[in-house]
Amino acid sequence: MSLPDFFVAHKREVLTLTGEHLWLVGISMLLAVVIGVPLGILLSRRPAWKSLVLGGSNIMQTIPSLALFGLLLPVPWIGARADRLAILALTMYALLPVIRNTYVGIAGVEAPVRDAAIGMGLTPRQLLWQVELPLASNVIVAGIRTATVITVGVATIAAAIGAGGLGEFIFRGLAMVDNNVILAGAIPAALMALSADLVLALIQRTLVRTHH
Amino acid sequence: MTDSTTAIEFVNVAYRIGKRALISDLNLSIRRGETLMLLGRSGSGKTTTLRLINRLLDQSQGQVMVDGRSTAEWDVIQLRRHIGYAIQEAGLFPHYTVQKNVALVPRLERWDPARVAMRVKEVLQLVGLPYDQFAGRYPDQLSGGQRQRVGLARALAADPQILLMDEPFGALDPITRAELQHEFVELRKQLSKTVVFVTHDVAEALLLGDRIALMDSGALKGVFAPAEFLLSTDTLVQPYIAAFRAGQQILDSGA
Ligand SMILES: Nc1ncnc2c1ncn2[C@@H]1O[C@H](COP(=O)(O)OP(=O)(O)OP(=O)(O)O)[C@@H](O)[C@H]1O
Ligand SMILES: [Mg+2]
Repeated sequence: MSLPDFFVAHKREVLTLTGEHLWLVGISMLLAVVIGVPLGILLSRRPAWKSLVLGGSNIMQTIPSLALFGLLLPVPWIGARADRLAILALTMYALLPVIRNTYVGIAGVEAPVRDAAIGMGLTPRQLLWQVELPLASNVIVAGIRTATVITVGVATIAAAIGAGGLGEFIFRGLAMVDNNVILAGAIPAALMALSADLVLALIQRTLVRTHH
Repeated sequence: MTDSTTAIEFVNVAYRIGKRALISDLNLSIRRGETLMLLGRSGSGKTTTLRLINRLLDQSQGQVMVDGRSTAEWDVIQLRRHIGYAIQEAGLFPHYTVQKNVALVPRLERWDPARVAMRVKEVLQLVGLPYDQFAGRYPDQLSGGQRQRVGLARALAADPQILLMDEPFGALDPITRAELQHEFVELRKQLSKTVVFVTHDVAEALLLGDRIALMDSGALKGVFAPAEFLLSTDTLVQPYIAAFRAGQQILDSGA
């Protein structure tokens, strides 16, 4: 069977697994942003914690993904369901670029700008929302972009613990030594990574334009 | 002690980082409406002194009084909005237009938008930037001199009675610098503000100041009227006079 024929014949399954994959990536990225951006902001206020937090999330990234899935298995509630476990692991991977870029973006605000802002009487909250975050937004979105592309890739491993997603095809194809089946997982995953990257690049461009 | 003719007063102020004193034994009274120049070499503590006034730094000892009240008793945000602040690098917000940069403090103080718009126009006029031409530009679309003007306009926008200026013309070419100095003299005649102006340039201090406070190694070495300064026999003042005369001679021989 040719590859296009395979896609047509397995249309429903391709769609279902793509949906699952999107869900895993989407929830994980949402969590990574909701946790990572505030942590990055916190680091910019408490630089002493920098090595702890950045070091910690760095170590997290060095754990091979399959091993991390395995290590999380005995954790109560999380380990009970494969998708929970996958989402936790994916979030942990996505955190580092989000935290780091938030911190770097805020630290990159030029000293005279910060100085003038504080000197003119901006409150800490106003400094954050009106100066630091707008000026850092470009770098923050760049971090989210990196994290998203990584997460789309790593999420294929989630199939190994039964969390579904496009990795199902890849593992099945590997077992069957059937390139069509592998590609049925790999191609949609690659397209997903590319389009996420594209969309976020567009967002980044608009941010740069509106904030000049 | 402090009375209504005193705008800012340093009383036995010291500022230390760890054991190192950046400022020690500072006693200085700044009169309402005067322009006081803080003159001194690089590292003498001018910026540190200035930043103690709007509490970008908090003194380790003594008191800084603004309008008769210790800065420690002021609400720090109120204090800062009550004082204009202009610095060498201008520190304009790169993501704000000129209009929005200048409108900053009035907007924070929740002025009525129509009043803010009027004030921005007025104050840009004051610093020599036609509103129609400049209001919509971003800082990276301005020359260094124009950025300084916007920085000054922003500091003046909420009409503060006190203005702190840290080498505002320090990074400009000599001609633009002379131009802005001249305009500043004119501006001062129109506005009755208390100005504390940091410079390491004697000529600037003599030209702009009602009085010159000379700083050296974190200590105040004397306060002089410009004419007094030029006549002083103080060994600390001498090098400044020599530098000033040398500059004059070059000008004379060129003429
Ligand atoms: N955060 C800091 N930590 C340690 N030392 C500092 C700090 N800030 C300033 N200093 C030191 O304090 C002294 C006074 O600094 P300050 O910035 O007030 O000098 P200045 O007179 O404004 O000099 P310049 O003309 O170069 O701007 C300098 O010796 C400087 O190195
Ligand atoms: Mg200085």
